[in-house]
Amino acid sequence: MTTLTDPPRASFRLSMLINDTRYRSLTFQAIALLVLIVSFAYLANNLLTNLAAAGLNIAYDFLGSPAGYDINQTLIEYDSQSSNARAAVVGILNTLLVAFLACVTATVFGVLAGVLRLSNNWLVSKLMSFYVEIFRNIPVLIWIIIIFTIMTAVMPAPRAFRGDEPEATMLLGSIAFTNRGVYLPAPVWGPGSMVVVLTFIASIVGVFAYRRYATNLLYATGKLLPTGWPSLAILFVPSLLVFFVLGRPISLDYPVLGGFNFSGGIQVGAPLIALWFALSIYTGAFIAENVRAGIQAVSRGQTEAASALGLRPGRVMNLVVLPQALRVIIPPLISQYLNITKNSSLAIAVGYADVTATLGGITLNQTGRAIECVLLLMLFYLTISLSISAIMNVYNNSVKLKER
Amino acid sequence: MSDTHAHSVAFVRTEEIPEQAPPYAATGPVKWMRENLFATPANTLLTIVAAYFIYLILTPSVPWILNGVWNANSLSECREILDGATGACFAVLTERWPQLIFGFKYPSDLYWRPSLAFVLLFVAVAPVLFFDLPRKLLAFTALYPFIAFYLIWGGTIFVPLLALVGVMGGFAVYQRFVAGSFAAGFFGGIAAALVIWQVGGLLIPEGASDNAMLRAVPSRDLGGFMLNMMLGVTCVSLSIPIGIALALGRQSSMPLIKLVCVVFIEFIRGVPLITLLFVASVMLAYFFPPDSTVDLFLRVVIMITMFSAAYIAEVIRGGLAALPKGQYEGADSLGLDYAQATRLIILPQALKISIPGIVNIAVGLFKDTTLVSVISMFDVLGMIRGPILASTEWNGVYWELLGFAALLFFVTCYGISQYSQWLERRLATDHR
Repeated sequence: MTTLTDPPRASFRLSMLINDTRYRSLTFQAIALLVLIVSFAYLANNLLTNLAAAGLNIAYDFLGSPAGYDINQTLIEYDSQSSNARAAVVGILNTLLVAFLACVTATVFGVLAGVLRLSNNWLVSKLMSFYVEIFRNIPVLIWIIIIFTIMTAVMPAPRAFRGDEPEATMLLGSIAFTNRGVYLPAPVWGPGSMVVVLTFIASIVGVFAYRRYATNLLYATGKLLPTGWPSLAILFVPSLLVFFVLGRPISLDYPVLGGFNFSGGIQVGAPLIALWFALSIYTGAFIAENVRAGIQAVSRGQTEAASALGLRPGRVMNLVVLPQALRVIIPPLISQYLNITKNSSLAIAVGYADVTATLGGITLNQTGRAIECVLLLMLFYLTISLSISAIMNVYNNSVKLKER
Repeated sequence: MSDTHAHSVAFVRTEEIPEQAPPYAATGPVKWMRENLFATPANTLLTIVAAYFIYLILTPSVPWILNGVWNANSLSECREILDGATGACFAVLTERWPQLIFGFKYPSDLYWRPSLAFVLLFVAVAPVLFFDLPRKLLAFTALYPFIAFYLIWGGTIFVPLLALVGVMGGFAVYQRFVAGSFAAGFFGGIAAALVIWQVGGLLIPEGASDNAMLRAVPSRDLGGFMLNMMLGVTCVSLSIPIGIALALGRQSSMPLIKLVCVVFIEFIRGVPLITLLFVASVMLAYFFPPDSTVDLFLRVVIMITMFSAAYIAEVIRGGLAALPKGQYEGADSLGLDYAQATRLIILPQALKISIPGIVNIAVGLFKDTTLVSVISMFDVLGMIRGPILASTEWNGVYWELLGFAALLFFVTCYGISQYSQWLERRLATDHR
C-alpha cells in the first residue's frame, strides 16, 4: 500500500517566478507596480519640469484672494470682493440647486411618459415613444442651447408688458416670462408665519400617522377606512385654518413692472431655466425607458393572479406591480440622478454660474491655476458621485430578494 | 311526396347564405379606433388631449418648413423673399454647408479627402456590423485607420506606412509566439511594434510633409460634423480594447491589478466629461515631455477614450458576471490557462451579452462629442454657435441651424440604436 506524500520540496529557482502558478501572480504584480511607479515618476517629472519652465507652482492660496467677478444668481451672499473659495461655494450650491430641481421634474416627466407609453391608447403611446426617441437621440447640449434660445430670443422683453394694450401679458397676472428670465411672486414671511409652517409639517406627520392607523385597523379588525380624502383634509385644513386665524401672515410679493424692468418677486434667470428644463426633459426620456422596463419586468401572471384574488386595478398596481417594479426601476433611476448632476456641468455653455463655471471657468482663467482648479472640481464631483453610489448600495442591499 | 313536404315545412333553404361582411363597427378602421382610441371615456379624453397637442405643434411648424427658403445669401434676403409670411430660412444650410460639415478652416479644394474617408468608413465598418458579409473584407477594416488618417491629415505617406508596418511586424511576432505563451506573444508583439516605430521614425526624412502628394492639414483646421464623426469613431474603437482590459483587470484575482482598475474606473465615472475635457485643454500638456507638441485633438482623443473605456469596462464586467460559473469551471477543467480560457471561452460569450450595452455607450459618447465646443473646438455645434451665428449675414437663424444639428445627431443615433436592436434579435439564442 502506497501513501501519497507531498512532492519533494524543490529548492527555489528563478524560473519558478514565471512557470509556477504559486509565484506567477506575484511576479506580474511586481512588474505592474514597477511600471506604475515608473510611469507616475515620468509624469511627475514632466509636470515639475514644465511648471518650473513656466515659473508656476502648485499652491492653493489663490482660494483666499478676492474673486473680482460678479455672479448674477447666488443662493448665499456674494460680491466681487468675496474670495475665490466663496465663489466656488456659490457654484457648488448652484450646481446642487439645479441638480435637485432637475431630478424632481425629470422623475415626474419620466414616470408620466413611461406609464403613458404602456397605455392602451394608440395615439398617446405613439406620442410618448416619439418623445422618448427624439430626446434620447439628440445631445443634451443641443437641448440646453435650444431652450436657452427660446428663453432669450423668443420671450418678450420687459417693455412689451408696458402700455394700455401690451403685446405680452403676465400669466395669471403674477408670473412674467421675459427674455431676462422668469419673474415669480415671492413669499413674504410675516410674524406668525412660522406657526403656519410648523402646522403644515405637523399635518404631514399626521397624514402618515392616520394611514398607519388605518392599515393597522384593517389588519386587526378588517375594517377599511377611506384614506384618500381624509389624507387631503388632514394635510390642508389645519394649515389653512391657522393661516386665516392668524390673519394671513404669509403674503406674496408680486413682480411689478417699473422703469425698464420688473421689480419685486423672484427673478429666475434664463440660464437656470434652460438648464433645468433641458436636463429634466432629456433625462426624463431615459427615466421613461427605465420605468417602462421596470413595469414590463413584472410578469403578467402577477397581475392576473392579483385580479383573480379579486383586487381592484388600483390595488393591483399599488400592492402587487409597483413594489416589484420599483426594485427594477430605482437603481437605474439613481444613476440617472447621478447623470443629471454630472450633466449640470454643461451650465458653462449657457452661462449659469455652477461650480464648473465659477471654479473651473472664471477663477481658472483669472488666476491661471489650471491644475489646482481642475483637481478641486474633480474632487467635488467625485465626492457627490461616490456618496450617491454609497446610498444606492445601501438601498440595493435593503431591497435585495432575501434568498436562502 | 314533394307536396306533403312542402306543406309540413314552411321553408327550406336549398343554397347556402352568401357570406356577409361583419358588422360595420366590428371591423376595419372603426373597430381599430374604438379599441385603440376611444375604449373608455378617460381614453377618449386622452386621445383628444393628445390630438390637440399634435395640432398645436404642427400648425406653426408645417408652414414654417414648407415655406422654407433654400436660396438666399443672408437672413435679410430671406425675409425679403418671404415677404412677411412664416417660413424657415434653410438657405443658411445650403450656403454654409461646407462649414457645417468640415469646419471653417479645412481647405475647400481638399473636401474630397474627408468625404472619401467617410464613404470608405461604411465599407470598413460593414463587415464588423454584418456577419454575413465575406470575412475577407475585414482586411480592409484593418487597413482603414491608416487610409483614413492619410486622407484626412495628408502629409507624407511614410507616417501611415510606418504605422502600418509597425502593426504588421507586431502582429507577425504575436503570431509566432502566441502558441507558446500568450503573454510572450502579446508583449513581444508590442515590443516589436515599438522598435519598428522608433527605428522607422529616424528614417523618415526631415520635411517630407512639405512636398507630399496629399497636402498636409493640421489638426486644428478640422471642424464641423466631421470632427464629431472622427472623435466618435476613433474614441469608441480605441476604447473597446482598453475597456476589455479594464474589465478583466477588475475581475482579476491579483489585488494590485484589481485596485488600479477599480480606482481608474470609479474615478473616471465619477467626474463629468467636461472636467476631463478641461484636463485635456489646460492640464494635460503639463504631463508631456517639455519639448513635445501634442495637439489639442490628440489630447481630447486621449481623454474621451479614457472616459468611454471606463464606461465600456463596466458594461463588459456586467457581461462577464452574467456568464454562468460553469463556463469558467469548464474551461479550467479542460486545462486551458487564463489567456486561453479568456480568449476562447469567456470573452466571446461575455462580449455577445454586452453588445447592446456597448452600443448604448457608443451612442452616448457620440452625442457627448458636442461637448468639445465648450473648450473652443469648432465641431458642428461650435460652428453654429461661433462663426455662423456671429456672422452678420446669419445672425438670428437659430432654429434652422440648431434643428439641422439635432437632425444630424438624431439620424445617426437612432440608426445605431435600431441596428443594436436588430443585432440583439439576431444574436438571441435563448428560447422565448
